[in-house]
Amino acid sequence: MTTTVPRPTTARPRIALRDRVLKLAELVTTPLLPTDYLDLIDPLRSGADLRGRIEAVLPETRDAATVVIRPGRGWQGHTPGQYIRIGIDVDGVRQWRAYSLTSDRTRTDGCIAITVKAIPGGKVSNHLVHRTTPGTIVQLDQAAGEFVLPAQLPAKALFLTAGSGITPVMGMLRNHPELTDVVLVHSAPTAEDVVFGAELRAMAADGRIRLVEQHTDTAGMLDAPAIAALVPDLHERATWACGPVGMLEALEEHWESAGLDSRLYTERFRPTVLVTGEGGTVSFTRNGTTLEADGATPILDAAEDAGVLMPSGCRMGICYGCVLPLREGAVRDLRNGEITTAAPGDGVLIQTCVSAAAGACDIDH
Amino acid sequence: MTVIQKKSENPIAHLSAEDIEILGKELDTIRQEIRDSLGEDDAKYIRRVIDVQRKLELGSRAALLVSMFPPAWFVGTVGLSVAKILENMEIGHNILHGQWDWMRDPKIHSTTWEWDMASPAEQWKHSHNELHHTYTNVIGKDNDLGYGIMRVDEDQKWHPMYLAQPLWNFLNACFFEYGIAAYDLELGKNLATKKRRANPEFRADARNVLKKIRKQATKDYLVHPVLSGPSFLPTLAANFTANVVRNLWSHSVIMCGHFPEGVETFEKTSIEGETRGEWYLRQMLGSANISGSKAMHIMTGNLSHQVEHHLFPDLPSNRYAEIAPKVKDIFDRYGLTYHSAPLYKQVASAWHKVIRLSLPNGWLAETTPKNAPAQVIKLVRMTTGGKKVRRELSRAAA
Ligand SMILES: Cc1cc2nc3c(=O)[nH]c(=O)nc-3n(C[C@H](O)[C@H](O)[C@H](O)COP(=O)(O)OP(=O)(O)OC[C@H]3O[C@@H](n4cnc5c(N)ncnc54)[C@H](O)[C@@H]3O)c2cc1C
Ligand code: FES
Repeated sequence: MTTTVPRPTTARPRIALRDRVLKLAELVTTPLLPTDYLDLIDPLRSGADLRGRIEAVLPETRDAATVVIRPGRGWQGHTPGQYIRIGIDVDGVRQWRAYSLTSDRTRTDGCIAITVKAIPGGKVSNHLVHRTTPGTIVQLDQAAGEFVLPAQLPAKALFLTAGSGITPVMGMLRNHPELTDVVLVHSAPTAEDVVFGAELRAMAADGRIRLVEQHTDTAGMLDAPAIAALVPDLHERATWACGPVGMLEALEEHWESAGLDSRLYTERFRPTVLVTGEGGTVSFTRNGTTLEADGATPILDAAEDAGVLMPSGCRMGICYGCVLPLREGAVRDLRNGEITTAAPGDGVLIQTCVSAAAGACDIDH
Repeated sequence: MTVIQKKSENPIAHLSAEDIEILGKELDTIRQEIRDSLGEDDAKYIRRVIDVQRKLELGSRAALLVSMFPPAWFVGTVGLSVAKILENMEIGHNILHGQWDWMRDPKIHSTTWEWDMASPAEQWKHSHNELHHTYTNVIGKDNDLGYGIMRVDEDQKWHPMYLAQPLWNFLNACFFEYGIAAYDLELGKNLATKKRRANPEFRADARNVLKKIRKQATKDYLVHPVLSGPSFLPTLAANFTANVVRNLWSHSVIMCGHFPEGVETFEKTSIEGETRGEWYLRQMLGSANISGSKAMHIMTGNLSHQVEHHLFPDLPSNRYAEIAPKVKDIFDRYGLTYHSAPLYKQVASAWHKVIRLSLPNGWLAETTPKNAPAQVIKLVRMTTGGKKVRRELSRAAA
């Protein structure tokens, strides 16, 4: 057996030098940091918090648009199907949401793109689709998410999407022209409402994909048996599905009963909220804020509304970016109604984005 | 002046408990209206002020790199003074109040902000937001009243050491940031006994303050002068000047907030079980405004709207001007006096009070050119004599 001695890297002395320069610069700028001044000049430079500049907002349908973003130099790239979190100021308030990446990775301008469908009453989606102007600086997180194709591409693939659920799939199709045996079953209210309609139809015309469009205003919704009828070789296909919660649940049930659940990958855009409880007083012990939260509002939302800076991620219970210790009290998981309690001195970790107060709560933050 | 409870003419005697609660509701409504209307324009405002401040500071510090040339020294010193004032007043003070927390921008948030000041943000927030804003003008509770070193009320017994209080006040003004750090630490109280001195909490706080002061002083009195090379001394002088200018300015503004004649003080017992309406009322009676131009309001961090700030300490400062007429209207309707005067008048009034209280009760008012020699003799006797002499002489005056 051979052991490898770690090779002296050439990068190390340079990092040390950089650190030393930074330390010196901090002496100059204290109490601010050098970055506070550098951000005035170039918010997208390397070493800065990851941000992006909106370069264009391109309408796709009457209520959807593609937002082209130039990411800062710290951007590490993504795998098609993944999403990014974007923090954008709406009415002066920073809001974070997740959006799937739809761009072609071979774009020469180095930009990435998300495609947003404005939902009625939706704060961020409407802002992005209808009101955002090029030049706006947004906060970004690195790409994340497991809804991706395997390294070994499937010989036969099936994509089941509805509404804005087409977005991660479009990211995959654009970046993997080598996928040749693809069936895409997509639902939208009308032909005009199909996001990327023209491009998908062109792909179909080229023979790259078999496209089944379901216009639900006239033809109604597809259920799982109808899909099975449309795709006779469904059993041979690895399947990716993204759409409303109800659709995904029906599909999961069907695939499971057919013993195919290991071949179905799903992506949810929002959590399935099952129950709401009684709420209570939530206090943040370190921050000093105390607020009244009802039993239907995630503690994350209630705290942010009260001006508390909260850690967050997907905001739907998948990434654990929002976890904080519950020192004392009870919370209810909004997805299944489960109660989690903490006795004084405990530090039970809870996901604030899917937990509502179920009585008085002390949270260590 | 005397605490409001001991006044012969109590300025709130005409208000019933009910009136006070309705007044509180009216103020709550004003607050909610503003909260609901906060938006992009407000966010733009604070970001613009921060942007201007940073560029002004950068530019001024750049000019000071060649401060051996008098015009560069002058421009740099003026610019840096203004930048430091903006940083402390309109930006730092207000962000640390949580006025901008609603934007949820971690870079402009009361929990993450640090300011160009001897007192670390964390400690200042405690003594200022929790103590001063809660116990505004309550004698013995609100240390902002005279910072624990001055006689701020007729009811406090006069002692010869108070004769030096105008001088103290002036020195405190020049080195205000250190004065604030000392009183955030409750230095006087905490150094008094061995037990207090040994308290680990106090020691940790004191270490933090010293660390902050070291960083601040290194920046202004070492790093920037060294960077200026041959302009070392002029830059050092410029930075010192800018700090003193900033200290004098903020001290004056803050003195105008609660110290001019006519502003009320309160007894400790009066705030037990205080209702929200009564709290509002105390803030209304205990604060005074400075009138002036828009630029003046910005330079005071909108503390010129001290009344509005004390009623709504966490509403963004750029909105106080808009609230002011509504608040004034409430004062008028409830028969209360809204104190507002130009800066020079309020500063003069506050200093007058400092001087008046440095002397035995009534001494300044009784003194005329004619009886001046006799008065001086009396003062000397009171100063040099013991307690008994003082008691007799002050009784004779009353
Ligand atoms: C991993 C992931 C990827 C996503 N990718 C995309 C994408 O590519 N394109 C896209 O348009 N959206 C995507 N979303 C959804 C997106 O993050 C936002 O939830 C959506 O834009 C709504 O935000 P809003 O601020 O407009 O609505 P809000 O103001 O937060 O909500 C307004 C109302 O709409 C409801 N609502 C919230 N989310 C949804 C939803 N997804 N569908 C229907 N109703 C909702 C709320 O319950 C509320 O009643 C994704 C979400 C996740 C978690
Ligand atoms: S934000 Fe992702 S789990 Fe809560």
